[in-house]
Amino acid sequence: MKDFREWLREDRMPHIYCTGCGNGTVINCTLNAVNQMGWEPENTVFISGIGCSSRAPGYIITDSLHTTHGRAIPFATGVKLCRPDLHVVVFTGDGDLAAIGGNHFIHACRRNIDLTVVCMNNYIYGMTGGQGSPCTPLGAISTTTPYGCDEAPFDLASLATAAGANYVSRWTSYHVKELTRAVKAGLETPGLSFIEAMVQCPTGYGRRNKLRDARLMVQWMRDHSVLMKKWKQMEAEGRPLPEDKFPVGEFVRRHRPAMGVPEE
Amino acid sequence: MTRLEFWQGNIACAEGALAAGCRFFGGYPITPSTEVAEHMARRLPKIGGVFVQMEDELASIASVIGASWTGTRSMTATSGPGFSLMMENIGYAIMTETPCVIVNVQRGGPSTGQPTRASQGDMMQCRFGSHGDSSIIAVSPASVQEMYELTAKAFNLADRYRVPTFVMADEIIAHMRERIEVPDTVEIVERRQLEKGALPFAAGEDGVPGFPTFGQGHGVHVTGLTHDERGYPSSTDPGVHDRLVRRLVGKVEEARHEMADYEVTNPDAEVVFVSYGSPARSVKQTVRDMDDERVGSLRLRVVWPFPDFALHEFKNARVFLVPELNLGQIAREAARHTAVPVVPIPELGGELHTPAQLAEIAEGYL
Ligand SMILES: Cc1ncc(C[n+]2csc(CCOP(=O)(O)OP(=O)(O)O)c2C)c(N)n1
Ligand code: SF4
Ligand SMILES: [Mg+2]
Repeated sequence: MKDFREWLREDRMPHIYCTGCGNGTVINCTLNAVNQMGWEPENTVFISGIGCSSRAPGYIITDSLHTTHGRAIPFATGVKLCRPDLHVVVFTGDGDLAAIGGNHFIHACRRNIDLTVVCMNNYIYGMTGGQGSPCTPLGAISTTTPYGCDEAPFDLASLATAAGANYVSRWTSYHVKELTRAVKAGLETPGLSFIEAMVQCPTGYGRRNKLRDARLMVQWMRDHSVLMKKWKQMEAEGRPLPEDKFPVGEFVRRHRPAMGVPEE
Repeated sequence: MTRLEFWQGNIACAEGALAAGCRFFGGYPITPSTEVAEHMARRLPKIGGVFVQMEDELASIASVIGASWTGTRSMTATSGPGFSLMMENIGYAIMTETPCVIVNVQRGGPSTGQPTRASQGDMMQCRFGSHGDSSIIAVSPASVQEMYELTAKAFNLADRYRVPTFVMADEIIAHMRERIEVPDTVEIVERRQLEKGALPFAAGEDGVPGFPTFGQGHGVHVTGLTHDERGYPSSTDPGVHDRLVRRLVGKVEEARHEMADYEVTNPDAEVVFVSYGSPARSVKQTVRDMDDERVGSLRLRVVWPFPDFALHEFKNARVFLVPELNLGQIAREAARHTAVPVVPIPELGGELHTPAQLAEIAEGYL
């Protein structure tokens, strides 16, 4: 394909996403990376669970499975183990991946099955109207944390790293080029690749948390992300790590034994 | 040609699946089904298949459905607690018309119940366990031979009608060892493929669309949302939902004559046993011992869709007696289809009805 936009299923437009939603950015970055790999739609499969993020495969021309809430990875495992020659990419959300699907996530990282998992982490349940998720920051307002979230959130990229994924990185919808490069690196790495893409959900999160629109939310992510190199330097120097900030960049790239990798 | 073996029911089940071309097994260990998984773990890698032990039963059935979309015959095996965990994804397989085989070696429930004792307590759960209106296919083996034959057959039914198909076994059949005649080959009915360019969820007269195997350029979108014939979500149009659900149910229920599989003994009988699975063995002995043409038997090998017409073959029936290892699940179904009284004969705890006990009850109606 000449252009990544050719991967889009045009007869399904308009899409369901709200104005200012960050999911479209992640879909574009991912398709751009897939296209750069030179893959053909016939040999590529997108698989997702349930949520706004998980609607992505329905907008792509390849074979795709829009499955049940939290279960995209085990569905993808069945596809990949039977057809290692197919390229299998999973789209998921923070709730889908880390709440209801948390067990599948860590086991897929442990197995290191050859999937690329792209999580659109908007730190909220977007589709169901803005309830708290396992990634909602402390103090944040959601419809189920009306007095501020009092549970500490997951750090998904660190979780994937600890569980054994071969490639892990985190970027945000502000970092479009870096995110595209990270997805491509994930697609190139055998074994499980996990890309956490922090995205804005102005509807479910922003408007309840003094981030009125998408612009403010993207600015917030830009201003609260710290490049991995700098983060590690602060760590090495024993400097206190700012609690309201998070590192972005590559967490790990390695070659643990993997499953479902196509034979050369 | 056949060869003679002396196999455990669960081994016969696994071998029947392999003979039918099953090449993917995703499962999670649970008594009394575990030997199926263990046997598949030994055998599949040697014949180019895939065995994977998943992290739980939600994942097991998910992996099986994913595997099926690559065109691979796929199965899992479980028992009560694991079966309960599978329910949501079974509904997904029904909605997306994904062929797959689910073996449930039934044990006593509810909950953890009796892990090592037989039961038929999940007959209604397999029929109605997932939410929404739907229909499925279930077979029920009554011997080690049938563990083999009916498991193989389940793959054909699943592929023919594109619906999850259940092998509803029980601990007795699964763990007993019996002589079995293993055939050299079994009949294989392939999944009908989608024609290139055809709408992926548009069905012909039989209500079953062609299958768009992944990786062949169909570019099919598969979703558990209510979808139109293109496979595109259309979850608020009442007409689309009504047509889809009626087709999914109709393609199974209307085919109940062509997939009927049952055994009739003494069709002129007045007192008729209706049974399936291991209690059918006690019934067989009872009918033989009583040696009275007024006592007959209907044994179901395909239980769902329920063959209502089979009851009507017994023109002289005055009562249907239904011995089951539950409190009367299929008895209730039978009663829906006949004006003749239906009497459940429940047995709980894991023991079979004895022929003497059944004969005494039958005598009471003669
Ligand atoms: C088993 C089950 N429980 C609950 C739901 C309702 N539900 C739909 S989407 C969703 C949350 C999605 O959140 P996330 O994965 O973060 O996706 P987002 O919409 O934020 O992209 C929930 C709880 C469901 N569909 N299935
Ligand atoms: S609710 Fe949030 S995540 Fe969902 S489409 Fe709207 S902005 Fe995007
Ligand atoms: Mg979310």
